[in-house]
Amino acid sequence: MIKAILIFNNHGKPRLSKFYEHYTEDTEQQIIRETFHLVSKRDENICNFLEGGLLIGGSENKLIYRHYATLYFVFCVDSSESELGILDLIQVFVETLDKCFENVCELDLIFHMDKVHNILAEMVMGGMVLETNMSEIITQVEAQNKMEKSEAGIAGAPARAVSAVKNMNLPEMPKNINIGDISIKVPNMPSFK
Amino acid sequence: MALKIVKGSIDRMFDKNLQDLVRGIRNHKEDEAKYISTCIDEIKQELKQDNIAVKANAVCKLTYLQMLGYDVSWAAFNIVEVMSSSKFTFKRIGYLAASQCFHEGTDVIMLTTNQIRKDLSSPNQYDTGVALTGLSCFVTPDLARDLANDIMTLMSHTKPYIRKKAVLIMYKVFLKYPESLRPAFPRLKEKLEDPDPGVQSAAVNVICELARRNPKNYLSLAPLFFKLMTSSTNNWVLIKIIKLFGALTPLEPRLGKKLIEPLTNLIHSTSAMSLLYECVNTVIAVLISLSSGMPNHSASIQLCVQKLRILIEDSDQNLKYLGLLAMSKILKTHPKSVQSHKDLILQCLDDKDESIRLRALDLLYGMVSKKNLMEIVKKLMLHVDKAEGTTYRDELLTKIIDICSQSNYQYITNFEWYISILVELTRLEGTRHGHLIASQMLDVAIRVKAIRCFAVAQMATLLDNAHLLTGNTQRNGICEVLYASAWICGEFSEHLEDPMQTLEAMLRPKVATLPGHIQAVYVQNAAKLFATVLQKHEGETDSQVAQETSQLLIERLPLFVQSANLEVQERASCILQLVKYIQKLQQKNVDVADEVTALFAGELNPVAPKAQKKVPIPEGLNLDAWINEPPSESESEDEKPKAIFAREEPKHSRAKRTEVDEKELARRRDARKQEQANNPFYIKASPSSQKGFDAPGVDHIPVVQIDLSVPLKVPGMPMSDQYVKLEEERRQKDKADKKKKEKKKKREKRGKGRKADSGPESEEDITPAQQVDIVTEEMPENALPSDDDDKDPNDPHKALDIDLDKPLADSEKLPVRTHRPEMLKSPVKDREIEAVPLESKKKSSKDKKEKKEKDRKRSKEDKKKKKKHKEVEEEPVESQPEEAVQSEEAKEVLALPTSTSTEASDLDFWLSSAPVPHVAQEVTAPLSAAAEDTSSAVALESEPDERKDREPEDSKSSKHKKKKQKKEKEEKDKKKKKRHHHHHHHHSDVGEDSVQNGTVEEEEEEPLPPMSNYSLLAENAYIKMVCDIQGNHQDESKVVVSVIFENTCNSFLKSMEFNVLDSLNSKLQRPEGAGPHDSLTVPFQLPPGVSNEARFVFSVQSIVMPQKLKGTLTFIVKSDDSSTHEKLDFKLHFTCTSYLITTPCYSDAYAKLLESGDLKGSSLRLEGINMPFHHLLARICFYHHFSVVERIDSCASMYSRSIQGHHVCLLVKTADQTVSIDAKCDEPSLLGNVLDEIKETFSKC
Repeated sequence: MIKAILIFNNHGKPRLSKFYEHYTEDTEQQIIRETFHLVSKRDENICNFLEGGLLIGGSENKLIYRHYATLYFVFCVDSSESELGILDLIQVFVETLDKCFENVCELDLIFHMDKVHNILAEMVMGGMVLETNMSEIITQVEAQNKMEKSEAGIAGAPARAVSAVKNMNLPEMPKNINIGDISIKVPNMPSFK
Repeated sequence: MALKIVKGSIDRMFDKNLQDLVRGIRNHKEDEAKYISTCIDEIKQELKQDNIAVKANAVCKLTYLQMLGYDVSWAAFNIVEVMSSSKFTFKRIGYLAASQCFHEGTDVIMLTTNQIRKDLSSPNQYDTGVALTGLSCFVTPDLARDLANDIMTLMSHTKPYIRKKAVLIMYKVFLKYPESLRPAFPRLKEKLEDPDPGVQSAAVNVICELARRNPKNYLSLAPLFFKLMTSSTNNWVLIKIIKLFGALTPLEPRLGKKLIEPLTNLIHSTSAMSLLYECVNTVIAVLISLSSGMPNHSASIQLCVQKLRILIEDSDQNLKYLGLLAMSKILKTHPKSVQSHKDLILQCLDDKDESIRLRALDLLYGMVSKKNLMEIVKKLMLHVDKAEGTTYRDELLTKIIDICSQSNYQYITNFEWYISILVELTRLEGTRHGHLIASQMLDVAIRVKAIRCFAVAQMATLLDNAHLLTGNTQRNGICEVLYASAWICGEFSEHLEDPMQTLEAMLRPKVATLPGHIQAVYVQNAAKLFATVLQKHEGETDSQVAQETSQLLIERLPLFVQSANLEVQERASCILQLVKYIQKLQQKNVDVADEVTALFAGELNPVAPKAQKKVPIPEGLNLDAWINEPPSESESEDEKPKAIFAREEPKHSRAKRTEVDEKELARRRDARKQEQANNPFYIKASPSSQKGFDAPGVDHIPVVQIDLSVPLKVPGMPMSDQYVKLEEERRQKDKADKKKKEKKKKREKRGKGRKADSGPESEEDITPAQQVDIVTEEMPENALPSDDDDKDPNDPHKALDIDLDKPLADSEKLPVRTHRPEMLKSPVKDREIEAVPLESKKKSSKDKKEKKEKDRKRSKEDKKKKKKHKEVEEEPVESQPEEAVQSEEAKEVLALPTSTSTEASDLDFWLSSAPVPHVAQEVTAPLSAAAEDTSSAVALESEPDERKDREPEDSKSSKHKKKKQKKEKEEKDKKKKKRHHHHHHHHSDVGEDSVQNGTVEEEEEEPLPPMSNYSLLAENAYIKMVCDIQGNHQDESKVVVSVIFENTCNSFLKSMEFNVLDSLNSKLQRPEGAGPHDSLTVPFQLPPGVSNEARFVFSVQSIVMPQKLKGTLTFIVKSDDSSTHEKLDFKLHFTCTSYLITTPCYSDAYAKLLESGDLKGSSLRLEGINMPFHHLLARICFYHHFSVVERIDSCASMYSRSIQGHHVCLLVKTADQTVSIDAKCDEPSLLGNVLDEIKETFSKC
């Protein structure tokens, strides 16, 4: 079982948190902080597994994480999950995000937390891995987005226009915080279907 | 209308959306909290608006704020509102918010049940998908109970996307509502062979998760999983299955043998490291489960270790880490194979990665032996010196202590060395583990008597140099060590060379800066030292030393009397007064030493940490009972004095009883002591503690004299290294000695209870430097040998420990939401009715195997019953269906015993066959005759029990018995069709589900005949179709047709396609993009004898007339050598009844309805009906979806509603085999047709 999926940046700011067990908001924040402390002090190029923090079950659970550019993707799992498998799953997740956002960067996650949740929902459900095939995930996500668009129809047009205008005024939105180092050596699972 | 929408969305433009909120927060870095609180105010305003889009937007923002740690539970109701929006966009936002912040304590969750059910049955697969995803996060026991059946239906949905989600969520449902596991399990099992890999993977996932917690219940699935393992190419699935096997093998060693070969093959062939790693892990589990000694297993272990070595040597840190992790598992059973890689592991201690170093440390823990302990610890001590950062160093410290103290100091040959290691560890600055070192010191000093002298000397030095330990900081955890030092010096002060000096060290003013609890120990032990000093110097002519000591105490103690710590203060003032008094006596030259020593006489024995918990409760003692009569509230004041007198007498008798108990206890203690004395493995406690009870046998235990070949003291501060050197020399010498005196070997062997370990042979040769007597920790008399100390009683998985091979009883089924009549009956009656099926459930669940658990189970079931009763009171509707099918139960049970035992012997057979390469086919192959004979024999044997159990509940049991025997004979004949039977059973299960839809008012004893909604649709040589047509209560134009396909031939049926020729009025719902004449693929295949259910949705426009639709089922019949294309035509008959939905109606509402005058009447007379009235009503309820509103004697009013909202009211009267029905409805043609159908129903019987 996956107990929690956390994404936070190099400063520990949460970008996405998905807990598959109930905690209060305060505990959730503490867990995020604790996890950030555990993970952030680790050098690059050391192993990607470590024992979970005390708040999320201690040594019963493992933290499996990957660090891409400015973001940490952390999965907290119990002993029934394969460590290398989850590592691959993170890879699939990030690659899927990359496809769905076209060169994903931290800003995409910041502004579209809901979309990230929707993508994640196609991969992991209630703490169990639902789908690992990237093209299947993308198909389902896109089909739902299409539905959303068709629902918006005419009524959605003005809102879209406004949001386009709002975005025009944006000084920021530098795209492409590189996810180029996606090719951290993954012990391959060739038939990852 | 359109204008309004556009206007609404223009308004919306100026609302903040999620992006604006995020942007705003980023622009208000300084006053973020303030900004967010204004945003929350805005959101509250938005939530008050009627526009659902505005609400959804607000909820979306709340979800973001929730991530930032803001409590948004106040908006729970709004979230539910957004969830119930008809637009997918908003629905998704709502469900996301719910999944993030709903939990079992959220009270609005109970409002969502119907919404979720509606979404689950939505024609749009993404509505269903979103609902399932959301539900997976916040499912509660109530939701699980109410929705289990809906979700189970979705497991056979036509879309794999829904199927896989439905399968996965079942795990959560099981957790919350364990009763659903057994009814749902057959279908879940089917999904293991789903054509869609995603669904298959989900099923494997769920079953693995279930099996991990309660593996024994899933052993029977092993053949199936084995087949999957040998055939699947999906690494995810493979990993899960292999992990599952890892959990199963400890229960069934034969399984392990079978696994070794395919697993080794996988290890050799796979290129995926993750798979390789899991294979190795499971092979290790297998090897652990097998008793060693089989020749080819050493090859497997070698293969594993060799592969792991490759992993550990890899440059990828992840592989290195996992390699070490797996290695530590091998270590437990095959330490030798790992020990040969010690070099590699020690090398890992130098790795830059801390997690890897920690794993390597874990390995070291298991690799030590008597021989290498000192060497390894020496290496670790080096690392301690080098270690940067206190966390890792602390970890090292605990590891060193763990390694040394493991299994009762098994590997320590020289305790002086160990004490010096501990003392060296005290020099670590800033460690948090001072208390750990301290407790080790205490433990060793108390339990190893021979070491006390040395320990005391070391501790005295420590006390003397206390300033070194406490010097820098107050928060220094290491000063805890002083606690141990002071206590040891005090308690064993007779070993001190110069107690006076130690006493002085303990009373230095600096001590007052130590934490209170340590000071308290200082003061107390100063008193002990004082006693020793007096003892030592009394009798000497010159009493000056003793007097000096008293003076010293009197001078220094006032410092402690002023302490802020109460404990210190109290002890100090007490002792100060004592010393003052002694001083007076001393001045009078009175001998006081003996009296003072007597204060501290006696030894303190170590007590096991769990001792208290294990004290058994004596018979007859009820801890929950009142000792005295509880004060009665009603008693008036003046009665009280009386009660006091009354109470006096019992007191006496109680005192007597304790005496008896004491005698009894003494007797028991004696017996136990005797037993221990005769037990060579029991390490005797010190004689002082058992004065009175010492049995003569204890003296036989040889306690060897202390071997003085090593000087007991190393001068100066101890350096553990010196011991290493000395130890080496000693061992050399020992060896030489031993060669000379081979005879003496027997004596040299330790006379203690510790069993020689399984280490290398040479271990035996190493004799301990000191013959130590390690005192075991004391346990109470008759301690209970319970092992379940660690089990968490709150583990939700405990409830899922359910036998799945046992056939389903009738009472076990998922609650189906149905509209049954709500007769305003008193709950008592319901309760009585309810009790019957429960009783039978209890009985049918009796199983020989479970006798042990019976009691526990019964109490559980009683509880359940109670709980159910409560439910009954709340929703009396729940209870009836079980009654309806009760009579069917008898038939059901018949085939059951055989099928279980078949399953069991199936597994046995599968396991017992010698290593077979082509197992996959074997699984499906028919059973051998031998296996079957046994199985039917078992069935016959088990029958009498079964009979006995059922007799009281079934008045017609004798008839059934005969039937049963007959049936069993048939069974024997049809051996090959056993599988068929099994599935048939499942099939009828499905049928029963629908029985529940009927409404039965059962008041008389007489049971109802079995009824089924399923009617034959079509049948040919290959396949049989039965169907049930139900209106969809959520959609006024939808009708759901559930078709059960049953394969009646011996061939495999596949590629089934279902098609119906649409009429103008009724159309089959086809997936998006399909043409109006396209056929629907049935989402499963049918092996011989198997049946399965599929559901099809039709849309209808007018419901006032019955409809007939022509349809065709095409399929491919695949036998061994050929496959043919076949088709089966059928006519689907939509009766008007099928548009009616059972809807409860209260009598007052019913009366109003009739008074309204909108309804048109019609009537019907039925002649020659000679069935009981309640049967008649039941039939109308069941077949025509009515509910009884009110019944008075032989007259009843009934109600039903069509999917389009037509009211149908009936007044049924009966007299002398004639039934007259007066009916009213707002749609006369519908009514006419319904009445015709009712007539039809009764003409049949």
